[in-house]
Amino acid sequence: MKRRTFLKGSLAAGVTGAAVGGGLLAPSMAFAGDAAATTDPYAATSVEDALKALGITAEDSDKITVTAPDLAENAAVVPVEITTTLDSAEEIIVMVSKNPTVLVAKFKLGETADHGVKCRFKVGKSGDVIAYVKAGDKYYTAKKAVKVTKGGCGG
Amino acid sequence: MAKFKTRLKVKMKDGKVNVKAIMSHPMETGRRKDKKTGETIPAHFIKDVVVTANDKPVLTAEWSIGVSKNPYLSVNYAGKSGDKVKISWKDNKGNTGEAEKTVK
Repeated sequence: MKRRTFLKGSLAAGVTGAAVGGGLLAPSMAFAGDAAATTDPYAATSVEDALKALGITAEDSDKITVTAPDLAENAAVVPVEITTTLDSAEEIIVMVSKNPTVLVAKFKLGETADHGVKCRFKVGKSGDVIAYVKAGDKYYTAKKAVKVTKGGCGG
Repeated sequence: MAKFKTRLKVKMKDGKVNVKAIMSHPMETGRRKDKKTGETIPAHFIKDVVVTANDKPVLTAEWSIGVSKNPYLSVNYAGKSGDKVKISWKDNKGNTGEAEKTVK
C-alpha cells in the first residue's frame, strides 16, 4: 500500500529525526525509535508491536480516566473520553487492542489545553481501549474494556 | 470542497473554552469492499488535525483509520471570550478543510 511505504520511508525517519533535533526524545529513546523505523506503528497489528514501533514503555496509572461505554451500541462509532490529572501531560496516544490496526490516534496537547480529549473511534471486536499519556519523559497508561455485540444489538 | 464540511462550535464553560468539531469525512479504512464490484475501497482518512486559538496550538492530532466516520472532536482549553479558534485538517489524499469561530 502506498501509505505504508510513504510512512516507512519518510515519516519514520522524518519524525524521529525531527524529534531528536527538537530534543524531545532522550538519546536512548531515539535509538529505540531508529530500531523501530523498519516497522510502521500504524501498521502494527498488536499492542506490543505498536508500542515497540513507537518506542514506548508505559506504567499503569490511576491518574488517567478512559470513559467509554461498557457495551458499544454501534461498534463503528464508540464515544471515548480520555482525561488525566497528570500534571505535565503533553501527549495522548489511543489504541484499540482488537482492531486490525491498533493505533488509532495521537493527540498532542498545547500549553493551554485541558488534559483531556473526546473523540469517537471504531472498535472492531470486544477488547480494550487503551490510553497512553506522556508526562515529562515517561508514559503512563490506563484502559477500559469495551464489549461489542455482533449485529450491534445493545441487549 | 463542499463534500467535506467542517463544523465548529466554541463555547465558554466553567471558565474554559470548549471546542467541539465535526468533520464530514468518509474515513475509509481500506479494508471494506464494494459490494457490487468486489473491489477494495481505497483508504481515505483524515491524518492531521490542528486546533489553534489565536494562532497558538491547542491540540494537534494524528489520526489513523480507527477513527469513526464523520469524526467528532472535543477539547477544552484555558481561554477567554474573543479568542479566535481555528480547526484545520488534512487527509491522506491531500484534501483539506478548516473552520474558524470567535468565542463569544
